[in-house]
Amino acid sequence: MTASIAPPAAAVQAEQLDVTYRVRGRDRLVIRGLDLAIAPGESYGLVGESGCGKSTMALALVGALPSNGRVSGGRLEVAGHDLASARGEALRRLRTDVVAMVYQSPGRALNPTMRVGDQIAESFVVKSASWDEGRAQAHEMLRKVKIADPDLVMRRYPHELSGGMQQRVVIAMALAKRPELLILDEPTTGLDATVEAEVLDLIAELRAEMRTSVLFISHNLSVIARMCDRVGVLYAGRLAEEGPVDDVFRRPRHPYTASLVGCIPRAGMSKEDGRLVAIPGALPALGSVERGCVFAARCPAAEERCAAEEPPLTREDDRGFRCHYPERAGALSRPTEAPLAVADPAREAGERPPLLEVERVAKTFGDGARAVRVLQEISFTLAAGETLGIVGESGSGKSTLARVLLGLEAADEGATLRLDGRPLRPGVAARDDEQVRALQIVFQNPDSALNQRHTIRRILRRALRRLSALPPQRREQRIAELAEEVRLPAPQLDARPAGLSGGMKQRVAIARAFAGEPRVVVCDEPTSALDVSVQAAIVNLMVWLQREHGTAFVFISHDLAIVQYIADRIMVMYLGRVMEVGAAADVFSPPHHPYTEALLSAPRDAFAAEARARVRLHGDPPSVADPPSGCVFQTRCPRKVGAICETEAPPCQQLAGGRQIHCHIPAAELERLQREAPVEAPTPDPKET
Amino acid sequence: MSRFLIRRAGLGLITLWLLSVIVFLGAQVLPGNPARAILGQDAAPASVAQLNSQLGYDRPLLERYFDWLGGVLTGDFGTSYLYQSSAGDLIATALGNSLKLGLVAVVLVVPLSLAGGVFAALHRGRLADKAVTFGGMIVSVLPEFVTGIVLLLALGIWWPVLPISATAPPGAGPLEELRHLILPALALMAGLFGYIARVARAGTIDVLDADSTRTATVKGLRRREVIRRHVLRNALLPSITVTATQIGYMVGGLVVIERLFNYQGLGLLLFNAAQRKDFPLLQGAVLVVGAIYIVMTLLADVLQAVVNPRVRAQVTSR
Repeated sequence: MTASIAPPAAAVQAEQLDVTYRVRGRDRLVIRGLDLAIAPGESYGLVGESGCGKSTMALALVGALPSNGRVSGGRLEVAGHDLASARGEALRRLRTDVVAMVYQSPGRALNPTMRVGDQIAESFVVKSASWDEGRAQAHEMLRKVKIADPDLVMRRYPHELSGGMQQRVVIAMALAKRPELLILDEPTTGLDATVEAEVLDLIAELRAEMRTSVLFISHNLSVIARMCDRVGVLYAGRLAEEGPVDDVFRRPRHPYTASLVGCIPRAGMSKEDGRLVAIPGALPALGSVERGCVFAARCPAAEERCAAEEPPLTREDDRGFRCHYPERAGALSRPTEAPLAVADPAREAGERPPLLEVERVAKTFGDGARAVRVLQEISFTLAAGETLGIVGESGSGKSTLARVLLGLEAADEGATLRLDGRPLRPGVAARDDEQVRALQIVFQNPDSALNQRHTIRRILRRALRRLSALPPQRREQRIAELAEEVRLPAPQLDARPAGLSGGMKQRVAIARAFAGEPRVVVCDEPTSALDVSVQAAIVNLMVWLQREHGTAFVFISHDLAIVQYIADRIMVMYLGRVMEVGAAADVFSPPHHPYTEALLSAPRDAFAAEARARVRLHGDPPSVADPPSGCVFQTRCPRKVGAICETEAPPCQQLAGGRQIHCHIPAAELERLQREAPVEAPTPDPKET
Repeated sequence: MSRFLIRRAGLGLITLWLLSVIVFLGAQVLPGNPARAILGQDAAPASVAQLNSQLGYDRPLLERYFDWLGGVLTGDFGTSYLYQSSAGDLIATALGNSLKLGLVAVVLVVPLSLAGGVFAALHRGRLADKAVTFGGMIVSVLPEFVTGIVLLLALGIWWPVLPISATAPPGAGPLEELRHLILPALALMAGLFGYIARVARAGTIDVLDADSTRTATVKGLRRREVIRRHVLRNALLPSITVTATQIGYMVGGLVVIERLFNYQGLGLLLFNAAQRKDFPLLQGAVLVVGAIYIVMTLLADVLQAVVNPRVRAQVTSR
């Protein structure tokens, strides 16, 4: 190939790149005048909210834009090969030898009816290996991506592998060509935190070994901070800012970058410290901004000039930004002090009788030999106005617990649920109106929770009829008040859910839950389907509503940073059991349960300056249907002490402040271990290799 | 897998039994009575009554049902009133003829319609796509007797390349027999073509747009390799079930086509039996049609499990 003869060309060189989608007969610019260069061996991150053009960029780089999309202007080169004009055989050779891609949702990226081994082997076969050679090399690749039993995995179909394994297979497939550029499009989104950490380690390690250039696309700033040298921030198809990762995140020169950084609670930050930065408004429609700065409409620092005149790309040393007032950005990334006029009722919680009491809740699905116990003796209490955060990976039983609390699922015999001292019946149908009203839920996906055919007004009216004692003539006024409370613009009341953005829909879902003035609202991953800027606004809203109404929350999430921000107390679950419970501030400092320790090691702060000792869990969580003996965490526990872990269920250690840790290692010993050395030599920082 | 087969076969048998009840009751509530139908309008009421009693129609319903069912289970479908011979033999002969015709139609229509559907999908939005989709829809919505008559006129009379009678003269070789079957088979498959092609087209388009196809393309495979190795198998999965159930459905078309071409098959037999209230023959024939339908559906499920590892996993874990 020519690339090896010429002086090393940039891995990616985009100059004034335009990418256009043709939508309903009109051309719309998705990427506009993009200048971007990735040096050989460099790792470049691309961040931005959904719809900003990140994935389009990835597809343009492999020449796989959808059929209505095309590169309509400028130049795009990968390792010296022009992509804009590459067709047929030239494009194919580029794909076999030069550029490879790893996708979000690996389950869908793999062919469901072809054995995994053959799919990897194919990557070698296209480079003129025979199938037998291809399979042998595929075997080798699987070893490289640290799959313990390559022979077995080769013969599997994708659906027989876990998400983490599938992603390893996709990575193996991509690296099979020893590409000069590896594109990773949200490679760990959707994976559990401990699995994500492992996959990221693997990527970092392989990259160091193969010296491949990387374009890493993610909405997760902490992942980018950990994996990349430089970062570009895309907004509405425009490069808002770029530069060295740490520098850009610490000292943003563009208000959009600053807002993105401020949206995510930093490690250690809680709702007492102030409100999160939320970006008002929504991404402009494709190609709708013709004059001025694309971000002006949502920018808190915008002046008249911004709407009229597009700022040029300013270069300063190794930074680049597109803003008239770069000096204003810094202040925006800090959380805004929230004057919380209302006293925090959670503080006095200790002196009051608990609002919700949950004792020994267990849940078994199926019966006889097929019985699967997904929840094991869960007990906790919740005071009025308090937030209990529940964290854990998939299969931990979080959502089942939520369903049991709401009465959608009946707990096994022997469980006790009490609300205000009155017993709660197991099924929602057996509960009286007041109890139904008192316990409400906000789901992860507002689309499935709202009736698509009804207007918002009708949805809320129905909620009021079912959940409040209001006389009909008062309802219309109450609908307006609810909309006001959740900051839903009045005209949107007459829209249907399909006409609303994701954030607006979630506001409606929250308004619906609050219609009957609930005592407890169970929030099951309420923000995980939303962009970070919208997530921040929803979290701010929930905190405000809680203070106004004294509502208690059970907040379920896999996102530790959000839970730390919103929760007063945190419960960590694994395979249907409680591993640890404690006040939010306590859970985040040693001693931790070893599982919590591992969860905390995942990247979750874009500014993690102190390199936290990383604890890695290997493999996937065991099946709930066949939990390990003794302590359920023993098969993955990095601090396993010995046979006792395999034979005996761990005791519950009661610590100060109502803290509980279920572990055989005494808490003092855990604290000493965790303050001292990490269990495993931390993997080398990917940026130094 | 074998557990799955046994379960499905068991369900099939239950369906068949339910069908036998419905068929039997249905035949009983039809207006008119068999003796009147056999003896004609002018027969004396006394002889009608006598024949009815001879045929057993004065016995209780339940008793007659179990009598009939017992016969069916031992292979005795009773005696046809109309032909005065064993209903079982009549059905067997007719079934053989219909299977021949059906087989010709299926062998023609399945590859043609699948290929047509895939072809249309690969040329999505272009003329070829519109021709297949639109043409297929037209021939599908036309009733069999219309397509049958048009084909008969076009290929049998105006441009006589094919014989208009479906039955070859006695002593003709298998090739000659086949030639006679083409015209009715074409009429029979017209209804299926559009339907199967549409399902195949939709399946192919889904898979062409799927992430896994993009993976294969970005891997650097040639387009024809992508289609052959990654698209076809996944795309044709949904078509399998549709095809198999549609073949069962084709039996309905047989009644019309066989009558039109005067072909001595199951359809014509059903038609005659129903018209003349020949209950033993009618009941037996409907039961056989039901059995064909059930076997085809079972076959569809098994095929699905064979080609789709995900379904296979569900099946074997049961």
